[in-house]
Amino acid sequence: MHAVFFSLVVGLAAGVAAAQAQAPATAPTPLQAHLTGPIPPLVKYEIVGNTTIPQPLTERPGDPVRGRRVVTDASNSTCLICHEVPTLEEFPNQGKIAPSLEGLGSRYTAAELRLRLVNPKLLVPDTMMPAYYRTEALTRVQRQYVGRTIYSAQDIEDAIAFLMTIR
Amino acid sequence: MKALLALLALVLATAVTAPAHAQGWPLERYTVEDRNSGYFYLGRQTRLLQDDDFQNPGMFAVDQGAALWRRVDGTQGRSCQTCHQNAADVMKGVATRYPAYDAKSGGIINLELLINRERVEKMGAAPFAYESPELLALTAYVSHQSRGMAKNIDISGPAAPFFEQGKEFWNTRRGQIDISCAMCHDDRAGMLLRGDVISQGQTNGHPMYRLIWQSISSTHRMFEWCNTSMRAEPYPLGSPEYLALELYVAWRGRGLPVETPSVRK
Ligand code: HEC
Ligand code: HEC
Repeated sequence: MHAVFFSLVVGLAAGVAAAQAQAPATAPTPLQAHLTGPIPPLVKYEIVGNTTIPQPLTERPGDPVRGRRVVTDASNSTCLICHEVPTLEEFPNQGKIAPSLEGLGSRYTAAELRLRLVNPKLLVPDTMMPAYYRTEALTRVQRQYVGRTIYSAQDIEDAIAFLMTIR
Repeated sequence: MKALLALLALVLATAVTAPAHAQGWPLERYTVEDRNSGYFYLGRQTRLLQDDDFQNPGMFAVDQGAALWRRVDGTQGRSCQTCHQNAADVMKGVATRYPAYDAKSGGIINLELLINRERVEKMGAAPFAYESPELLALTAYVSHQSRGMAKNIDISGPAAPFFEQGKEFWNTRRGQIDISCAMCHDDRAGMLLRGDVISQGQTNGHPMYRLIWQSISSTHRMFEWCNTSMRAEPYPLGSPEYLALELYVAWRGRGLPVETPSVRK
């Protein structure tokens, strides 16, 4: 299933840039375009109070529906590898090597989650959790991922919009 | 038939999601101090599959290896058997000592590369490709002769710097995911990563029959798989980097019994 989806993405990748130019501004981008198409420039962000990134990374507001697809995408480092999310009970085999994300939306602000996803090493230096929006200070990144973030800037915003609905 | 069996085995194995720390299972044999064989983390069905030589799909490779042991090949008109005679006698214990420092090459050598060197130098035959069924079969056959014997890896003297290199590899975060081997296999063994119980990443059963690949598989292929799952650029199979890593990982499992052919998910 995922293999099919993935090859679809690869197949489409060449056309993505062109398609984006014509697509209406509201159409959601394909889930993994940023992993296979042209490398998008890294959005700059500002960390406030060591624990938050208050400003969204994109103009377009986060879309919780797409965000749900982003964080459950089994072929792109889904949170479910490590975390349990009780409200996603239709996804079996959730990981149990990190704290449950139960009630996340009541425990965190969007600004806090943004830093958590962008670069959790700034919060817990030796954490196992990957930085979803970072390209520097990595060792021997696989060729096809060099210079690419795990999530696109829009993925981060959409993921946060979904995660805030976990109450 | 074998393929069907393997498929059935896969279905059975994946149906069991939690480790069957079955009461009364003779697990003492698979544990030395704090070191556990991958067997320890398997579900009941996979353990049964490994334990039964008639069902263990890895035994197919061992049988093939036995045939290759006797097969004459190369310009010298020899087989392994021509020089070594009965593998059950002369190969007993060999797998417990590899990988090891090799004075001839000044580096680390493992069983796969040793077998290939014998082919080239003693038989005048071409080396087998690293992950070829032939090389895996011979490696499995040779390792199988040590089944039940404790791994005993020498890391002293000239092996020491390679051991350090392997240890550093193990502990270095790598790839886009930025995690180390140690983070999974030292710190989180026994925990659930998605539906899989993470083991300690021991190699005492290798070459193993891996159910998701449906084939006998080398240690280096497993390294490659773990590397790419971290989205790290893998090293070539048989490379000095993986040989040093294999030395460290084998030492890490010192005392664990050779299980070849092990069955793993
Ligand atoms: C490879 C493992 C791994 C993955 C994948 C992962 N995390 Fe984590 N996460 C951790 C660990 C381990 C912690 C525990 C605290 C720490 O080390 O930072 C953690 C902590 C957290 C916390 C703080 C938990 C709390 O209760 O305070 C949040 C929020 C979080 N993760 C969200 C996510 C989200 C959202 C994703 C996916 C987009 C994700 N994580 C993916 C390993 C992971
Ligand atoms: C994200 C977690 C993760 C990381 C990081 C990881 N592995 Fe693994 N590894 C697994 C899983 C899952 C398996 C298959 C189930 C098992 O045996 O744990 C596995 C299996 C293995 C095995 C086979 C174990 C057996 O019993 O046959 C070896 C050897 C191994 N890993 C070595 C490594 C090495 C070396 C590294 C670093 C380059 C590494 N692993 C990094 C998850 C990981």
